[in-house]
Amino acid sequence: MSPSGGERGAEVAAHSVAEAVARRSYGKLVALLAMRTRDVAAAEDALADAFAAALADWPERGCPANPEAWLMTVARRRAIDGARHRYVGDEVANQLTILADEIDEREAGALPDRRLALLFACTHPALDAGIRTPLMLQVVLGLEAKTIASAFLMSPAAMTKRLVRAKTKIREAGIPFSVPEREELPGRLAAVLEAVYAAYAEGWTDPVGGDTVRRDLAGEALFLAQLLVELLPGEPETLGLLALMLYAQARRDARRDAAGDYVPLSAQDPQTWNTPMIDTANALLRRASACNAIGRFQLEAALQSAHVYRCRTHRPNWDEIVQLYDALLAIAASPVVAVNRALALAERDGPQVALDALEPYADDPRLVDYQPYWAARADLLARAGATVEALGAYDLAIGLERDPAVRRFLQRKRIDLSSAKS
Amino acid sequence: MQYLLMIYSEENGWNQLTDSERQQGVAAYQAYTESLKKAEVLVGANRLQQTNTATTVRLVDGKPQVLDGPYSDSKEQLAGYYLIDAPNLDAAIAWAARCPGAAHGLMEVRPVWTAPYDAPSAA
Repeated sequence: MSPSGGERGAEVAAHSVAEAVARRSYGKLVALLAMRTRDVAAAEDALADAFAAALADWPERGCPANPEAWLMTVARRRAIDGARHRYVGDEVANQLTILADEIDEREAGALPDRRLALLFACTHPALDAGIRTPLMLQVVLGLEAKTIASAFLMSPAAMTKRLVRAKTKIREAGIPFSVPEREELPGRLAAVLEAVYAAYAEGWTDPVGGDTVRRDLAGEALFLAQLLVELLPGEPETLGLLALMLYAQARRDARRDAAGDYVPLSAQDPQTWNTPMIDTANALLRRASACNAIGRFQLEAALQSAHVYRCRTHRPNWDEIVQLYDALLAIAASPVVAVNRALALAERDGPQVALDALEPYADDPRLVDYQPYWAARADLLARAGATVEALGAYDLAIGLERDPAVRRFLQRKRIDLSSAKS
Repeated sequence: MQYLLMIYSEENGWNQLTDSERQQGVAAYQAYTESLKKAEVLVGANRLQQTNTATTVRLVDGKPQVLDGPYSDSKEQLAGYYLIDAPNLDAAIAWAARCPGAAHGLMEVRPVWTAPYDAPSAA
């Protein structure tokens, strides 16, 4: 029995609404379901059941007026059933019932936003530092463990295990779902900012929006950064992070030409950048620097600002950029920063100086499959005249790249290099 | 939720104190205990005798094997504990940080096992 065209249409519509709600509201619903019980895993299970119920119910009866409230009602009922089923005592079930009553009293579509409390729970100092960002990506933004694992260069099985362990600790040790007191806030904030930026970076790597898992991540991350700026208007790193993300977002579409091909920064037309976003970022960065407390995100935003200035005015400012990278390396050293610094160094002092600067990282295991490192090396080696080595580096860079447009770009550069050689 | 705040410290530190320093130490613990009582979070507390009084017992081939001394021979030893009732881990950490033990040693905070899945007490 095959479904009629109308039924199939309803199914497709229900699917796309469910997907949209999942992307937009996942963390909000998890936060509401878990804030009293602290049981993140049970909240996620209940929510998964609710999404499955939606896909069965909505095509038949049509999408509800308020899909978020519908999902919340179903998920909450599943959570109560689940709690009873696990014989965990009436208290948990009672709390979920109280929560349900509180929510039902509210206007449709006005579910309270407790994501911030959830963000701080996921980044609590009692949790292992290495798992805080992945946990936040999964719990607040709904990323799958395998996506997170690849972003953090870890096996999906190991990542899943660590996520489960962290959720158990939140539940069993009683880590609260609350925003820390003022005095504690800046210290606790660093981990939140890291996680938000990691989410943005994940979204940024999908420029054409073809990947439904990642499509809305950049927007989610921008929303979270904006929320943090509202909560902490005097915290310079929060301002710096939002500025950094806005600079990147302003150039997001300029990375592709009409044919869908990759356009590197140096070849982008500044006219196509989003000027209001850049203006907002500039203003945020000025506000941040008035606080006189430099930090990683302010420096990275300042670097973006310097790139914007150079591309718009055609005045080389590589000296300033190298200095900013030096400062960044001093407070947040990483091979990633070293690679970017080397590229700026090449513009100021030539490719050989840049290659020498990268020499200490030649055996760094973190760079073995870090694509930008091999793309940078290929470019620097080609410019230094080491054609054979450059071709080898291009092969690795091409092989490691997951974006087809960037792959084509690198392949063309490789072809140009090998034909110039012969 | 109930949390056990365990005080780990170097026993030699206490032995090397002067009498007046020891009195001060005892007074600090008394004041801390008093503040826990006032806040109605104290469930129980005890100071332990030093580890030269400790004995470990385990069954080996079904027979108890008894050994002199503590289980762990680390420098910091369990010296005492407070059992408290606190709304969440942050509150428990705040109480642990106020304990004199956090200054002369370190505190380990452990939630108490109650049910397969314990609900938070009224906050």
